[in-house]
Amino acid sequence: MKPQTRWMWLVSACGAVLLLLGAPPAHGQEARVGKLAGRAAKGKPLYTRYCAGCHGDDGDAQGENAQWMDPRPRDFTTATFKCRSTPSGSLPTDQDLFNSVERGFVTTNMPPWIALTPQNRVDMVAYIKGFSARWRTAQPGTPLTIPLEPAPTIQSILHGRELYQRMECWKCHGPAGYGDGPSAHELTDSKDEPIRPYNFSTGSRFMCGTTNQDLYRIFMTGLDGSPMPSFADQLKPAEAWDLVHFLRTMQPLKTREAAIWREWVSTHGRELKPIGPEGGGQ
Amino acid sequence: MVKRFLRAAAPMATMLCAAMVPNPTGTAARTYAAGYATYATAIPAFARKYGLRCSACHTVWPELNAFGQRFKDYGYQLGNDRDSPIWQANSYWPIAVRTTPQVHFENTTHQPIDPPPSERTITQAGFDLSGIDFLMLGTLYKDISFGLVPTLDPDGTAGVEAAFVRFDNLGHSPWANLKIGKFELDNLLGEKRITFLSNNGGFYYAYHFQPAGSVDNYTFGLGDNQIGAELSGHSINSYTRYSVSLLSTGDGEAGLSGANSLDAMVTLSHAFATGSGLGPQRIGVFGYLGHRPTAFDSAGGEPIPGTGSANKQFIRVGATAQIWLGNLELLPMVSHASDDAALGGSTQEPAWNTAMLEAHYIASPRLLVQGRYEMLRMSKQADPATPKTFGDADAIAVGVRAYPFMFSRAGMAIHGEFAMTKTTGMAPLSGNGSGLDAYDPATKIWSRSLMLGFDFAF
Repeated sequence: MKPQTRWMWLVSACGAVLLLLGAPPAHGQEARVGKLAGRAAKGKPLYTRYCAGCHGDDGDAQGENAQWMDPRPRDFTTATFKCRSTPSGSLPTDQDLFNSVERGFVTTNMPPWIALTPQNRVDMVAYIKGFSARWRTAQPGTPLTIPLEPAPTIQSILHGRELYQRMECWKCHGPAGYGDGPSAHELTDSKDEPIRPYNFSTGSRFMCGTTNQDLYRIFMTGLDGSPMPSFADQLKPAEAWDLVHFLRTMQPLKTREAAIWREWVSTHGRELKPIGPEGGGQ
Repeated sequence: MVKRFLRAAAPMATMLCAAMVPNPTGTAARTYAAGYATYATAIPAFARKYGLRCSACHTVWPELNAFGQRFKDYGYQLGNDRDSPIWQANSYWPIAVRTTPQVHFENTTHQPIDPPPSERTITQAGFDLSGIDFLMLGTLYKDISFGLVPTLDPDGTAGVEAAFVRFDNLGHSPWANLKIGKFELDNLLGEKRITFLSNNGGFYYAYHFQPAGSVDNYTFGLGDNQIGAELSGHSINSYTRYSVSLLSTGDGEAGLSGANSLDAMVTLSHAFATGSGLGPQRIGVFGYLGHRPTAFDSAGGEPIPGTGSANKQFIRVGATAQIWLGNLELLPMVSHASDDAALGGSTQEPAWNTAMLEAHYIASPRLLVQGRYEMLRMSKQADPATPKTFGDADAIAVGVRAYPFMFSRAGMAIHGEFAMTKTTGMAPLSGNGSGLDAYDPATKIWSRSLMLGFDFAF
């Protein structure tokens, strides 16, 4: 090899190394939701168009609008996501991320992107997965299996109320579900940003869905990055459904649970012990 | 920008008087259309309110994308329980301002000059201003929205482009929304969000053409904002949409018209989430049934406002689509129009058809390359003696819009455009504003616009 050629090879090799070191994260990921396959390369311009203003070009929640937002946008570099079907601490599935993009998050700046085509959304999911190396070293957890929901009964609701007391849900969400428990004002998320517990009295949709199944999933998987833990190790499925049925009575909605509860309270209300530090929850 | 039509200042009686006077050349009607309409909506106030970039709601502003359409359909609400103004900082003010300083060149052939039958090509060029739009839109409360768009013409003439209140999600259903006031019709191809701005490119012939002979008071533009009430609805993702409007017959001019009747418009569209383009594929249809009076009671020879009778109808029907092939957006439209013979000022019902294809290549949210071809063909003239091709038009426009920055506080586009129309006998709807027909009805009149504008909103 001639000296000139060797120099060219050496310079080229150094250049390649420098490029690799300084290059942004590789976005060769794919995502799969049902029959749809998402490609990060196609998701990148969509992410820039729709997401980067808040989540930042590098997915680090440093978009130009982030400083004005409460709560702050998700930092994708940590690969920590609230809404999952997978156990606490594990990565979400592509479907979980897809659902989050479609649904948006109530009481935040994250709107529902349901008007975008499913292909656009799955492409964006593929791109979002490129912001953290964790997606290349770990697999999403096994999605939670949600058992068939039993019909709500007054016994189920009362047991759920007892669990609300015993599991100390009231400390954050408040005795009446107003989000005003004694710990409510001290809560912070994993980035030490203040965070407020859900206020059931608003009747608004939950952070991660609207159905009883969604509510069941929320407290069996927890909301990673927030103070809301997973109760998968503390609650049996039947108990979790009891808790779901009671929580529904705290919302000002026309639900089966609320109807059963109102009828029972109209005749047995005086038998109830208060919820809270002095209460028995039954 | 806003309509620069002098009729706005004319007394109603004068307008009504003109109703009974056929206009053999249709010049007045065309003068109305000439020079209106580069006003469009792009509202940084929403971006500030929600912290989203312009590109979230616009393919390239001012054109809406599917997300922006849904946002508009929900009454400028995202649906995150933070839409009511009570959630905004006290300092938030829902206003945006848009204008377009520009330099442009206009050229129209075969313009009559003295002495008859002399003709010449008239050319004008220089620096100019568009009007100014003050875009105030938002929510008064959750599920109660409003729009107020005062405008200023370059000469200082003020107007009201839009003023409405909208009750959203009636019965908690997206299928029922009621809007009352002056508003943009629910056209799939919204002229208020058109990305062509020049005198020859900033409008659709399908929306504004009126044939030779139209009576003077019969003014109508499908692209004009109208006054009335609109019931509209949409699916959760706004892929299926409809609207039904009942409108006053004054073509958007305030004041009770003399027709004692109402116009009606219906639109219906559906989108399919197929392909991997920037948005869903949408098809839609529209229909407009209008009425105008042709007789009035009079006092002292002057028509009495409110006594209009012998209403005669006109119709506009058409189909549109929005097709995505990757970043290429195709916007075809076909339409058919006809007027009652009395509105045409003669013995036959004039009728005409249009076909159009507009293409946008959206290289990125910051670069648009676009082109359009539209043709209009008369199928029947009001006056059998008028040559059948009189009024036929072919319009071509090409352009580029480059956006030097893209964020959620303001927007600017460097706008370059060339537009050219060829009309038969009849002066083009726009052009240099002279608006005169050629002496020979078979003459092909060419009108050209070349424009470099700086379109900004904040």
